[in-house]
Amino acid sequence: MRDITVVRQFGEVVLAIAIAPLFVGWIAQCRAWMQNRSAPLLRQTYRMLRKLFDKDAAMAATASPLFRTTPYILFGTMVLAAAIIPSLATDLPFAHAADAIALIGLFATARVFLSLAAMDIGTAFGTMGARREMMVGFLAEPALLMVLFNAFLLYGSTALPSLVDGYRAHPTVIDPSAIFAAVAFVMVLLAENARIPIDNPATHLELTMIHEAALLEYSARHLALLEWASGLKLFNYACIGFALFLPWGIATNGADSGTALLISIAALLAKLVVAGAALALVESLSAKLRIFRAPEFLAMAFLLAVLGLLVHLLLGTKLA
Amino acid sequence: MPMASTLHGSLANKLPSNVSCTHLDLGAVDWQSALTELKAMGATFLTVWGADNCGRDNGYSIHAAFLTSAGVEVLSHRIENVANPSYPSIAPLFPAASRMERATRDLLGIASTGPDRQPDQRGWYRHNGWPANTYPLRHNNPHLEPRAPNPGPDNPYPFVQVEGDGVHEIAVGPVHAGTIEPGHFRFSVVGEKVIRLEERLGYTHKGVAKLFETLSQKQGHRLAARLSGDSAVAFSWAYCAAIEAITAATVPPRAVYLRALALEHERLANHLGDLGALGNDAGFSFGLTQFSRLKEDLLRANLEAFGERYLFNYILPGGVALNLPQSVYAHLVHLYRALDYEVAGMQSIYDEHGGLQDRFRETGLLSHGLALSLGAIGLVARASGIGRDLRVDHPWAPYDKMATQMVLETGGDVAARVLVRFREIYESLRLCRALLADLSHNSIEATPVACDLAVAEPNRLGIGLIEGWRGPVMIALETGADGAVRRCHSHDPSWQNWPLIEHAIIDNIVPDFPLINKSFNLSYSGQDG
Repeated sequence: MRDITVVRQFGEVVLAIAIAPLFVGWIAQCRAWMQNRSAPLLRQTYRMLRKLFDKDAAMAATASPLFRTTPYILFGTMVLAAAIIPSLATDLPFAHAADAIALIGLFATARVFLSLAAMDIGTAFGTMGARREMMVGFLAEPALLMVLFNAFLLYGSTALPSLVDGYRAHPTVIDPSAIFAAVAFVMVLLAENARIPIDNPATHLELTMIHEAALLEYSARHLALLEWASGLKLFNYACIGFALFLPWGIATNGADSGTALLISIAALLAKLVVAGAALALVESLSAKLRIFRAPEFLAMAFLLAVLGLLVHLLLGTKLA
Repeated sequence: MPMASTLHGSLANKLPSNVSCTHLDLGAVDWQSALTELKAMGATFLTVWGADNCGRDNGYSIHAAFLTSAGVEVLSHRIENVANPSYPSIAPLFPAASRMERATRDLLGIASTGPDRQPDQRGWYRHNGWPANTYPLRHNNPHLEPRAPNPGPDNPYPFVQVEGDGVHEIAVGPVHAGTIEPGHFRFSVVGEKVIRLEERLGYTHKGVAKLFETLSQKQGHRLAARLSGDSAVAFSWAYCAAIEAITAATVPPRAVYLRALALEHERLANHLGDLGALGNDAGFSFGLTQFSRLKEDLLRANLEAFGERYLFNYILPGGVALNLPQSVYAHLVHLYRALDYEVAGMQSIYDEHGGLQDRFRETGLLSHGLALSLGAIGLVARASGIGRDLRVDHPWAPYDKMATQMVLETGGDVAARVLVRFREIYESLRLCRALLADLSHNSIEATPVACDLAVAEPNRLGIGLIEGWRGPVMIALETGADGAVRRCHSHDPSWQNWPLIEHAIIDNIVPDFPLINKSFNLSYSGQDG
């Protein structure tokens, strides 16, 4: 019994690492289709990672050990986050060690390291990117917390697996507060993952970059790890969204059969396909916001999440 | 007592040109009063260039060209002092001249002197690319610019420092994250807000003026076409107009119409490309793909109609390289109709896209007054309410028969420059249709598309002035003996408009710079020469 959960935990992490680039590739493909371009191959992201791993890393003369270790730290935190989030099953040994608030802390840690590393070299772009990244971060985090509080109130727990289990126990109930929270969550996801309308992952204009500016000085394997970590972060956010709002198919406690696991994998893939296409649609339809519109955008997310809380308190539903 | 007019004295004579052009040879005192008079008339400064008179009469010449309501006014001043050549600076009255005077000093060693303030002493072109105190355009220098034997660290180039709490500098370029032309931009910012921007250009200086002197008059158009790749038609036509005016050639009407068609195609291609790029820079990549597709349709039509996608070899002295095949008329008409329809569709998408309009409006504001006092020119000026378009003001053949409509916007922001591009596309399409109708007219249908030029007399100065898509493009050609080029000065409108970006960016935020820059879309290569 114990062994199986460990295997499952391990399998989930490996799956996350393996398919995160695929998810990024899928979004790029959808974007290209929607904009009447011919799309890159689905495996293009993997090829790029391989190319980067094959290269020799160039390092700025002023780089400190912090700069060198940050890619590994970032990749590590994202892998750890993937272990906490119940993407396939709720019965995860790691998930009980850390709740959703710890998860937000994990993301914050990654951001702090990335920003420090960006400033470490001392170029104007790195500092600019770090500054903007922190600005978006400190606005996005409260909004994300509010979204999670919605779910906590609904199911009386701060651990993501018990939220999923709680939902699965009452699958027919649709709580109106969840709708507000879901919209807020999508907005936070866009901001936190450097997507349009907050940031443009495809830009080559160094002055407009947020996330990319922080990566400008990295090359080869370091850049590959950081790109991979960005992909994992997006994948993780998608999985948090699924766990909170679309938990169908996730293998719950006690469902140990292989079939449940297969169903959960199929469900995850199906959800990723739809979510990726939806994300590409949002990105194709919008222009990038002026950077000082980002606070308004995220304040809106925060407001929606708070509205969700109020709705929840007014209706007084408690399921768990 | 009213001062006697220097400009309208008996000394004025006509210069060969495709537009009405008068010429004045002035002493230093008259030079100064002519400048004052031109300023009072509201003339627009075009360009300044120098020439080495070695082998003719010793010393140097400095020439300056202005646009007035009557046409082009060229002032010349002979500098007798060979040891320490200098002339009264134009920049105090026409600030756009400042960088051109610095470039002239780098190339010829002729310095401008101010009445009360010393002009900017920093170089512009040299970048330590050749030894100091060596002036490539002087005739005693070997052909092609000498290279510095040991180009050590660049000469100090002090940027203006901004001091204050929280002010810091961001240095961008000359090498950028994308594959674009090189230029250095020094921002002084507080947080994200730009307090000051200073540009340093000249990284693509290729010694074109010197190279012209190695070519014959009948080869120069090929080099002119390659000065700035996006204005190949405008520059090669300007060159040809200059040499044709000097030799008093009569270009067959069919060739004249075909040149105009090519010029409008160039305008269309650039405007289409820019509109897509402007959408993309605001994160709206749908716009880029759509406009790239439309531009590609036009380039393919260019290949069919003119024999090449980018028209580097189409215009040559005496006419054009190829006749327009009868078979493409129908295709072109169809293309113009399709473009009209599709661009209008894209315009309504751009207009109604809240996010895009939010980025465009009020961004990179260049007020009418500022544009006027700094001497803005071309498309940028028309977006700030300055109605100057050579095709309307001083139409040359065949525009004298086209009744071109001036496109004028008053907003002065990125949105206005976007709108000018949209509206100029419709006007260009109208012109293209009219030109095509004229071309299929019997009287023009049969005429040849090129003529032979007579050999030009030596030491004649001719001016070619064409309204390219970016603004007026000028070539000043001085002939040498036996069909040689003695001096050829090329002027790109980017000279005037680059300094305007320094003003348009003030109080905007750093991430809006690429968008503002793209809305101007100025040439590096064209002005670096």
